[in-house]
Amino acid sequence: MATEKFRDRAGELQEETMVINLGPQHPSTHGVLRVRLELDGERVVNAEPIIGYLHTGFEKTAESLTWQQANTVTDRLDYLSPMSNNLAYVLAVEKLMNLEVPKRAQYIRVLFAELTRIASHLVWLGTHVMDLGAMSLFFYTMREREVLLDIIEATTGVRMNPSYFRVGGLAYDLPDGFHDKVREFLKDFPRWMKMYLNLVQDNPLIIERLKGVAVISREECYAYSVTGPILRATGVPLDLRKDDPYSSYEEFEFNVPTRTEGDAWARFWVRIDEMYESHKIMEQALEKITPHGPYTTSDRKVALPPRDEIYGNMEALIHQFKLVTEGFSVPAGEVYQAVEGPRGEMGYYLVSDGGPRPYRWRARTPSFYNLQTMPLMCRDGLVADVITTIGSIDIMLGDVDK
Amino acid sequence: MIAFVILIVKVLLLIAILMGGFAYTMLLERRLLGFFQLRLGPNRVGPGGLLQPIADAIKMMLKEDLMPASADPVVYRLAPVISAFAALAVDAVIPFGAPIHVFGLTVDLDIANPSIGLLIAFAFSSLGVYGIVLGGWASQNKYSLLGGIRATAQIISYELAMGLSAMGVLMLAHTANLEQIVLAQRREGWFWLPQIVPLLVFFITMIAETNRTPFDLPEAESELVAGYHTEYSGMRFALYYVAEYINLITVSGLWVTLFFGGWLGPGFLPPILWFFIKVGIVVFLFIWIRATLPRFRYDKLMSFGWKVLLPVSFLYLLGTAAFVSGVL
Repeated sequence: MATEKFRDRAGELQEETMVINLGPQHPSTHGVLRVRLELDGERVVNAEPIIGYLHTGFEKTAESLTWQQANTVTDRLDYLSPMSNNLAYVLAVEKLMNLEVPKRAQYIRVLFAELTRIASHLVWLGTHVMDLGAMSLFFYTMREREVLLDIIEATTGVRMNPSYFRVGGLAYDLPDGFHDKVREFLKDFPRWMKMYLNLVQDNPLIIERLKGVAVISREECYAYSVTGPILRATGVPLDLRKDDPYSSYEEFEFNVPTRTEGDAWARFWVRIDEMYESHKIMEQALEKITPHGPYTTSDRKVALPPRDEIYGNMEALIHQFKLVTEGFSVPAGEVYQAVEGPRGEMGYYLVSDGGPRPYRWRARTPSFYNLQTMPLMCRDGLVADVITTIGSIDIMLGDVDK
Repeated sequence: MIAFVILIVKVLLLIAILMGGFAYTMLLERRLLGFFQLRLGPNRVGPGGLLQPIADAIKMMLKEDLMPASADPVVYRLAPVISAFAALAVDAVIPFGAPIHVFGLTVDLDIANPSIGLLIAFAFSSLGVYGIVLGGWASQNKYSLLGGIRATAQIISYELAMGLSAMGVLMLAHTANLEQIVLAQRREGWFWLPQIVPLLVFFITMIAETNRTPFDLPEAESELVAGYHTEYSGMRFALYYVAEYINLITVSGLWVTLFFGGWLGPGFLPPILWFFIKVGIVVFLFIWIRATLPRFRYDKLMSFGWKVLLPVSFLYLLGTAAFVSGVL
């Protein structure tokens, strides 16, 4: 009787999955990502990213600003690599205006774009490994990022949201001693990287946590419009710097690192190799940049006239007045321009109605697309793999939510 | 009567030493981690931060003791106590030094000296996991529950290897009495060389036993927020820390006793000091490992425990048995 009763009860027992909310407040969701995890024990049945907790209405904000002012919004999208956002935006506007930018300014842009790529990847390296449980590396990579931020600060006056690139060129010229500062960083960088890699590259615990985890295939990447290191880790050498060169990238020599496995370990190495390639590009760019020279276009309809001209020249004064009070106008039309950001294709689609403000301002942010692959990457993983996946996608919530 | 008084004094002294040890191990860890990570660590309270533990204790005592409405009140309150009790109880059988002579009395530097000391130590140290499992279950929090489940899996995977790796020492010393084990090492040399493999296995399982990196799965900050003690606050939360750090000192003491001659050492320092120096070195090793290594994954951890540590320690035990019985 008793056994029958037990059997009856056992017959009614159903397997249930547990739903758990990872985030939006959680130590390793890199901001305010919320993941709705469906768990069977520790095994992940489904992982669904829920976004929008950092929605700031950047696109609409930008439409109420002038073309030049809207640049400041781009800094805040992917705040770890503001310069490559700046670059994509100013290139888009320049394309619409058919504006020529002095070569020197283009090289400086390349230098800073690569500098922020290294800075961004350093943060990724530190946080990714910290998510795996090894906390110390984070502090080391942050130390080196500090050197990079110091360079940015010395040049632009701010550390996080510089808006240094302007339509037509740069906001101002390089400071004195810039070359020495960068050269010193370039010299130290390989030595530091070697030290960091010593901590991780042969560490069986790290390899075990990354190898074969969060796998995604090339076809799935195509289907989800995934770009950047995630795509390159599946063996596709898509890199806009090579395939659709902008800002004189065609004059630089560098490789596009790829791997074929498509797992977290492959992405890890793609990003590490990319940092070395960026280092290479920075070295070349530094050679090309002369200490003094034009840093912005001479087109007075776009760039502010120099101070001394304003006091003696009527036309310069008018230009100054028009640019400050109204901003320049952009010919009517639409444009899409993308650059290879640290996280993938960072593009802007802009529509102008011929006025001084954008009619439509749309950002194609890589993290948004890359994050959508999370359910694919997490399938059949464990809870720990979800964390690995988040770190490995290298999401940037400012970039996702906009 | 006098023996009873001595016992009470010894118990109180031991608890005081352990609580002090807990407080300053924690401070040491925080400061050392600071240095490992290019920071200073807590150095504001008192000279060099030496009063930090007192400030922490006051803070913890003044914090509100929260309990989730849906928690099981009895188990929730009991769980941290079990953990702390088990951690303290193990130390009762560990000899801290050679017997000393005061006021014409001979005093053993341990609370109890049972002939099965090692077994008692293992029994109490595995009791500690109940605190974690029950705490995780009683909190009615999903993260806590996962942490509790992980603790169970971990302890099952590692207890066996831990026990087996200590058996070799038992065979060599012909006793399970920890004081006799130390004395045997005085006669035959420290056991670390003949037991080099079990020594490593024991060290790994020690880390697992104390739930520290790379085996800190039950609390896994980056995965489970705080794991089994997510819902705990105030002194109950602190009790888990007491348990963790005292466990750390205890297993270090056990390791030192089994393989590195316990309180033995050259005569220029008193035995008790040798014991604490050795334990201090092991504790430093623990902190170093924590600063360096990432975390195991749940499934890898279990396969490592069952497929590597257990067979290795078992085979080595067979070898030791053959050696001791004279087959080899």
